[in-house]
Amino acid sequence: MLTLALILFPVIAATLLLVTSGDTTKRLAFGAALAELALAVYVFNTFIPNAESQFGFDYPWIGSLGIRFSSGIDGVSVLLVLLTGLVVPFIILSTFERNYERPGAFYALMLYMQAALMGVFTARDGFLFYLFFEAALIPIYFLAAMWGGENRVPVTFKFFVYTIFGSLFMLLALVYLYYQTPATVTAAHSSAIADFYKLKLTPEAQGWVFWAFFIAFAIKMPIFPFHTWQPDTYVESPTPATMLLAGIMLKMGVYGLIRFILPIVPLGVETWGQLAIILSVIGIIYGSIIAIRQRDMKRLIAYSSFSHVGLMAAGVFSQTETGMQGALVQMLAHGINVVGMFFVADIIFSRTNTRQLDQLGGITRTTPKLTVYFMIMLLGSVALPLTNGFIGEFLLLHGVFTYNNYLGLAAGFTIIFGAVYMLRMFQKSMFGPSSSRTESFADLTSSESWVFVPLVVMVFWMGVYPQTFLKVTEPAVANLMKYVGTTAVSLK
Amino acid sequence: MLPIVLLSIFGIVLLFLGFLKSKAILLPATLLFLLVTLAVNFLDWNKTYLYFNDMLRTNNLSMVFTAIILGSAFMVVALSNSFIEDEAAQPAEYYGIMLFSLVGAVMMVSFENLVMLFVGVEVLSVAMYVLTGSDKRNLRSNEAALKYFLMGSFTTGIMLFGMALLFGATGSFTIAGIGAYAANPQMGLSLLLYVGLLMLLIGLLFKVSAAPFHFWTPDVYDGAPTIFTAFMSTVVKTAGFAALFRLLSVSFGGVYTFWWTILAIITAITLVAGNITAVYQNSFKRMMAYSSISHAGYLLIGLAALGTQTKQAIVFYSLAYSVATISAFGVLLLVAQQRSTQTLSSEGASTESFDAFNGLARQNPLLGFAMAVSMLSLAGIPLTAGFWGKFYMFSTAVERGQIWLLVVAVLMSAVGIYYYFRVIIAMYFRDGAIEPIRVAPFYRYVLLAATILTLGLGIAPGLLQGLF
Repeated sequence: MLTLALILFPVIAATLLLVTSGDTTKRLAFGAALAELALAVYVFNTFIPNAESQFGFDYPWIGSLGIRFSSGIDGVSVLLVLLTGLVVPFIILSTFERNYERPGAFYALMLYMQAALMGVFTARDGFLFYLFFEAALIPIYFLAAMWGGENRVPVTFKFFVYTIFGSLFMLLALVYLYYQTPATVTAAHSSAIADFYKLKLTPEAQGWVFWAFFIAFAIKMPIFPFHTWQPDTYVESPTPATMLLAGIMLKMGVYGLIRFILPIVPLGVETWGQLAIILSVIGIIYGSIIAIRQRDMKRLIAYSSFSHVGLMAAGVFSQTETGMQGALVQMLAHGINVVGMFFVADIIFSRTNTRQLDQLGGITRTTPKLTVYFMIMLLGSVALPLTNGFIGEFLLLHGVFTYNNYLGLAAGFTIIFGAVYMLRMFQKSMFGPSSSRTESFADLTSSESWVFVPLVVMVFWMGVYPQTFLKVTEPAVANLMKYVGTTAVSLK
Repeated sequence: MLPIVLLSIFGIVLLFLGFLKSKAILLPATLLFLLVTLAVNFLDWNKTYLYFNDMLRTNNLSMVFTAIILGSAFMVVALSNSFIEDEAAQPAEYYGIMLFSLVGAVMMVSFENLVMLFVGVEVLSVAMYVLTGSDKRNLRSNEAALKYFLMGSFTTGIMLFGMALLFGATGSFTIAGIGAYAANPQMGLSLLLYVGLLMLLIGLLFKVSAAPFHFWTPDVYDGAPTIFTAFMSTVVKTAGFAALFRLLSVSFGGVYTFWWTILAIITAITLVAGNITAVYQNSFKRMMAYSSISHAGYLLIGLAALGTQTKQAIVFYSLAYSVATISAFGVLLLVAQQRSTQTLSSEGASTESFDAFNGLARQNPLLGFAMAVSMLSLAGIPLTAGFWGKFYMFSTAVERGQIWLLVVAVLMSAVGIYYYFRVIIAMYFRDGAIEPIRVAPFYRYVLLAATILTLGLGIAPGLLQGLF
């Protein structure tokens, strides 16, 4: 039942928000998101670390077809549920200094988005997953296209068409899998993900199901060369929407890889996984190199995110337990860091009206608080030991190294490049002589500080004592790995 | 059978009502007639009857199709209140003809004999020719009617020829008789059967505007008064697909291997032609015409993969498509009337361009929302009825293993998003005319009902189950 509450509560809150206006809307939205966070934290705390699906809700949806509204939380989803709960209230808090036109619609769309994301991460039915996967797109599309920058209409449109295009292939794969399942007591077939896991598909079928899923998730993440929609969309979207996109939405893709591709088509992964991992590694290096050349802060963070997500995909495709663990933990870590980074960019933009690094500089002089918080988020991003990024990247790289030394080596460049572009950004914007735009740069207001506090806590918590998070995912990952192993072996 | 009788009587009554001075009674009367017919339709629920010397057969499926047709007609009529203001319009005749045409449509969904199918098709078509040309002062409308009539008559000939050949091959006009003959291929089937089947298919595919028999569609849809375009694109299509389904499943299931490839290729061509050409349209109405071609393609998927799911898929898709289309045309009607965007281009063709919708969502959130939901549904985005329609269609093809056809359909669905979203972009992200659009209360309820139905079926598609 709790999962249903996680999905429904934001929907109800959002629908009520539609009729409010002014500052009340902000506060109500923040309150609703905090309540949702409390729910997510409760779930995380009471979650018993094992592979079983918990807090389930199950209701026949299209009875005769065997499609059920079935949701639950297991070790793979629990961190993402926590992330979705955690990030949204602080995204909303980060907008307190701003006034968006028609706030009712703005905040309602954010909460609708959150509901859909909760649905994605808790769905136990293939079609339910697809439905939420697509439904998450509509609010973010309107958020980006109504409140975005000058070039928003064509850019967000490209994003929309691109991602729908990918998802449609996933739909094909899901329908195909559905027809492969044996009859149940009440219906001819079943669309439960657990039943998909039991399928023994032919190698040929696995090949194309792999591609159908891979295209969908690769576009969403995005993996090279499916990434062309991403930087523009991140830059043109209003910052809260960018935070949602980078902080949570791209995790839908990584989550999909773990949830669907590895356990369902292990032979497909065996055949094509190498190509996928190579593409991911290319993305890591390509993204970092482009990030180094960027002058626009938001664009730089967008490319860095592209690079980081490549590492997550590589870790998943390494088919090792550490790689998967790393991907799960890194999803949480990256979500926190990237939201922080985009918030910094937004603060700088809102005070100087520019995001161009060569027009900034010397901000540290007047802003002790911002400097410290910025630095901490940045260290998390460059994976300094004792920060959250380190744990994830370490596990991921370990996984990739186990898979192949050379690929591991190539992927390892992400750490060096990451340090280069991140520190360069920090140096160019915060140090050096002040420009006319940054002379009277005001430090953080209290509401802005409050956004950073929980993020910073999470950065250190995950960095110093990752066990809190690793132990909840461990049994589920071990269970998944067992699936990968047995299915592959039994077919050989 | 009762609906046919009632609709005929009501049609005649409407013509007589036209003698009254006031036109105000016509719209409520027609709506009432349609409601009565709709209610009567369900009297025979769960029973199967044969009528007129086994010419017609009603069963649950035919009743559901009849209900979709009558429901669509009800909504279209409800949106047609502008006739009252138009001096030149003759609403009594229009509504009368619409009811008569519904007689044909009902025949098409419940025929048991090819002759009845022919009568149904012609009753429906002749009515459509007249309605297309009903805007007598408009050259485009006249031209469209003539074009529709000429091409329609031509295909009628082909279809009739096909029926004659089928009779020659099987010695029977009843679909069950033909089915019994075709079910025994080991005896060696007459070539006449195959040729007859193809010609009959051509005739019906023309009516539902499947490629390559679709060339009349854009001009006719564009030329006809918008309200009749809405009627045409929903009622004719539903009736046509119901007839095709009945024909193929009852009569020609035995020779499936012969026709499915042909139909699958036609499906692919229809999908490509409809979707790709729609991208290049600047007029919303023409876009909707091509969109209707593309939806014929999606519906054909279910026929080409005829199986256990097909029935359900076609019913659901027809309903989802009809509701969304009517809603879209309903909004277009208001916008076109009150924003006077029917500028004449150099060729004298009016363009109800996408620009007419600029900024609509800001002035009229309800209209914008109704339109947006209808476009999302036509594009097949989840949480709308259109998504499940596509889902069921795709399922039928997966069941048959026609993956290549699905890949075409998927690619074309992605193309479809492009042109449906042009409307949404215009409404939500562009600035436009300031003055809000007046919406009569009843009109508002109809649009609202269509929107709620689309969303409701999108969230709980199981609601329709158990109906047939």
